[in-house]
Amino acid sequence: MLQSNRQDLLKAYTQMRTIREFEERVHTEFAGGTIPGFVHLYAGEEASAVGVCMHLGDKDHIGSTHRGHGHCIAKGCDVKAMMKEIYGRKGGLCGGKGGSMHIADLSKGMMGANGIVGGGPPLVCGAALTAKTLKTGGVAVAFVGDGGSNQGTTLESYNLAKVWNLPVIFVIEDNGYAESTASEWSVGGSQTKRAEAFGMPGTKVDGNDVFAIHEAAQEAIERARAGRGPSLLHVKLSRYFGHFEGDAMTYRADGEVEALRRDHDALKIFRKRVTEAGLLEAGQLNEIDTDIAAFIDEAVAEAEAAPPPTGDDLLTDVYVSY
Amino acid sequence: MAKKSYRQAINEALALEMRRDPTVIVMGEDNAGGMGAPGADDAWGGVLGVTMGLMPEFGRERVLDTPISESAFIGAAVGAAATGLRPVAELMFVDFMGVCFDQIFNQAAKFKYMFGGNAVTPVVIRTMYGAGFRAASQHSQTLYPMFTHIPGLKVVVPSSPYDAKGLMIQAIRDDDPVIFFEHKVMYDIEEEVPDEAYTIPFGEANLTREGEDVTIVAIGRMVQFANEVADTLAKDGINCSVIDPRTTSPLDMDTILESVEETGRLVVVDEASPRCNMATDISAAVAQHAFAALKAPIRMVTPPHTPVPFAPQLEDLYVPNPAQIETAVRAVAGYAR
Amino acid sequence: MSDAIKAVTMPKWGLAMEEGTLVAWHVPEGAPVRPGDDLVDIETTKITNVMESTAGGNLRRRVVDEGACVPVGALLGVVADASLPDAEIDAFVVRFNADFVVAAAAAAETGPPEPEMMEVAGNRISYQRMGEGSPPLVLVHGFGGDLNNWLFNQPVLAASRATYALDLPGHGRSGKDVGSGEITAFARTLTAFLDALRLEQVHLVGHSLGGAIVLDLAVRQPERVASLTLIAPAALGGEINADYIEGFIATGRRKEMRAVLGMLFADPALVSRDMVDEILKYKRLDGVAAALAAIAGDAFPDGRQSRDLKSCLGDLRMPAQVIWGRQDRILPVAQGDGLPANVPMHVLDDAGHMAHMEAATQVNALIEDLLGQ
Repeated sequence: MLQSNRQDLLKAYTQMRTIREFEERVHTEFAGGTIPGFVHLYAGEEASAVGVCMHLGDKDHIGSTHRGHGHCIAKGCDVKAMMKEIYGRKGGLCGGKGGSMHIADLSKGMMGANGIVGGGPPLVCGAALTAKTLKTGGVAVAFVGDGGSNQGTTLESYNLAKVWNLPVIFVIEDNGYAESTASEWSVGGSQTKRAEAFGMPGTKVDGNDVFAIHEAAQEAIERARAGRGPSLLHVKLSRYFGHFEGDAMTYRADGEVEALRRDHDALKIFRKRVTEAGLLEAGQLNEIDTDIAAFIDEAVAEAEAAPPPTGDDLLTDVYVSY
Repeated sequence: MAKKSYRQAINEALALEMRRDPTVIVMGEDNAGGMGAPGADDAWGGVLGVTMGLMPEFGRERVLDTPISESAFIGAAVGAAATGLRPVAELMFVDFMGVCFDQIFNQAAKFKYMFGGNAVTPVVIRTMYGAGFRAASQHSQTLYPMFTHIPGLKVVVPSSPYDAKGLMIQAIRDDDPVIFFEHKVMYDIEEEVPDEAYTIPFGEANLTREGEDVTIVAIGRMVQFANEVADTLAKDGINCSVIDPRTTSPLDMDTILESVEETGRLVVVDEASPRCNMATDISAAVAQHAFAALKAPIRMVTPPHTPVPFAPQLEDLYVPNPAQIETAVRAVAGYAR
Repeated sequence: MSDAIKAVTMPKWGLAMEEGTLVAWHVPEGAPVRPGDDLVDIETTKITNVMESTAGGNLRRRVVDEGACVPVGALLGVVADASLPDAEIDAFVVRFNADFVVAAAAAAETGPPEPEMMEVAGNRISYQRMGEGSPPLVLVHGFGGDLNNWLFNQPVLAASRATYALDLPGHGRSGKDVGSGEITAFARTLTAFLDALRLEQVHLVGHSLGGAIVLDLAVRQPERVASLTLIAPAALGGEINADYIEGFIATGRRKEMRAVLGMLFADPALVSRDMVDEILKYKRLDGVAAALAAIAGDAFPDGRQSRDLKSCLGDLRMPAQVIWGRQDRILPVAQGDGLPANVPMHVLDDAGHMAHMEAATQVNALIEDLLGQ
């Protein structure tokens, strides 16, 4: 249990706060016009990435989505190199060639954010197959949005993971909207019953409660590590920003986001729980907040100062040999 | 050295590499066959028997039958490649890429570049292509140009058993994603193939005939036809060089250009549909880089711009044939300004 | 009178040869020919070579035109006395061709014999045996070569004795593990090969690196060697064409390989497309690149030969000779200067490094002469 270990609590909060600060700052900087392209922010969903990835090591793999910054941070990617990547600069985690939607670090078991909705689950099955074949003891987690949950690739992956008995955990991050379309409308049936139909356990979890996610993920991951096959978590959570930055979110209810931030914020809930239970001091958490704000300031400043890639970089890294 | 079929040559390449490297696995629909069924194991060895015998030697853990679920298992092969295996996945008919192309061209092809060089994806996707099997429009296409178009993929189109084995071993050892095209009517052709493992490098064309009058570039099954035509025409004093690129990506344009510089005449034979195929690509490159050497307009021999028909009489009209190649070669050989 | 009519047929050079192309006639139809005159150029899968006339008379018919490819044994032309009537020549051609169709069909059923395989000192050794009689003769090829290098020699030398041509480790179809790649290690393998075949005493013929190997064996085990023929042998001097060695190891491309192989011959045009193909196929085999690098690293480090066995020649007690092509561009013919009196040196003017291929008739005759002593 997360509550039982002070170090884990500090780690969970630090990671969630880092993601929040990172995303809030990218939101601000993007509005200022210094970040090219488009970005999809994870603010509001932090507990899911952190609650799951706290159980994983470098031999475990995750596949992410277009909304991938949080998964990258939770899986241990270099945050400053991520920021440079989002700015499209040299020294970015992908040399400025991937950008926000393709941040990856295979050495950390992070198989990439993915620009294709539903692109990740088959790849994650492959990582699980590697773990199973080479007997590494590793597991693989596919983060999928509610939009991605309707892709054939995702449903095919449920079946493949089941028939091959792969150590996979499908984490459906249901923030209520596939782009602008409500998941209540676009998802037929229920996520957990879909899992049951494929013969794997499906559990619905409160996505604003990192303790609940941590606990549910632990069970699913232990099950996978023990060779007992795949399972699914349906994580109900909320996103604070638009589908992409610049989305005016006219499809959302008036005051919806404000209410979420006020009453259902994962970081606020965490702070209240741990301070009321006397597990951590408010002062400790405030100190973390201050440190992270400064760290993200540095990350932005370093990204802005980093040079762009050069013409030579255009032609490299297409093939190992050609 | 024994004579081996194209099918045996590929099978032997897979077996040799699986023995050499425990990270090599094969997967695909019915690659062993009979999974979960009450009858025989290794019932099929793939729909045309190419992987027969691998499962009894290497077990179900390294010879995986899959559900009919190309998106998932081609994607799994790609993901497994990115995380430490060297999977050889069989996409039964290349026409089926319609249901799994994302995993090939958005994922496998792009990992290395998108991730700033910090990924290797040593996956091989074997697939059958080509007309002549009375298999109609959805099981007969020649789609290597579509894969050739994608940076990050390598595309191999072997024209003989010897080449098939050496190119397959190279494909498995290669650290980039490789699409390996097997022509379904060539599986039973035989020639001498060494028992040992050997590799044929990608991007090195083979010169199957050497002559100074006309250059014929032909791909895959068309190489056989081009060789036949070259032998026929040699008796009439028209000496052709026949170039088999072996891989369309990378493409050995140097060998083609060197030959055209010598002959001044080019015929390109391609079983792929005529728009944006290898014939147009190679012709354009020759026109760009060897224009001064050309003594006659370039001729392309391709099927018509139609789907592959079913009726045998129609399919026979569809597939490029030696008579068409001979006509084209005679036309460029006899061309006068 | 038909006994006086001599058929000129497509020769069989090497066991794999099934057909050959008549590249050029050297003699006009009707012109006189003597035994030993150059008659036709034949292109095989390995090499283009000249075939000499074995008969004397006039070339009465050219049955096969230049450029045609025909099976082994097919009638190429007819040599007969000028006085014979045309009708008799024509009848001979018709009869020959009628019989030949049958013979060809019968031969096709059996196919060419395959080389044999044997485990020798932990390595797989491929070898070709031809002929009967003692003492047997063993042919050892050079760096990057194989038993097929003897295609113009082994069938001729096998007429009066058993002959064995082997693929050295790392070459041809033998195992590709060469260990240290040292000449003495090859000589030990050769000894083990002779032991395994129970060949007590043999005539040894070695070419280039194979020359150094058989010489090494002869020095260590003189009692096993009935005679020694060294063709352009390695280890008689320091110089070696480093461009050849490096090029042979490095290149995988047809065009470059053709240029490299051209250095082996006085006439580079002899290098056929198939010869280049076979070398490329050999070089693609697993283990070959490492084997060649190991051998070259030991025998020819830094572009020079590391061993000099010249001083050993004077002590040889068995009949021995050295044969060298004057136009050798790999190992200079001057390395054969100043040999001791017991080892005569034969220089062949029109041959390069592959004298036994390019001047096969002369090399075969020199070997027969030495064996007859």
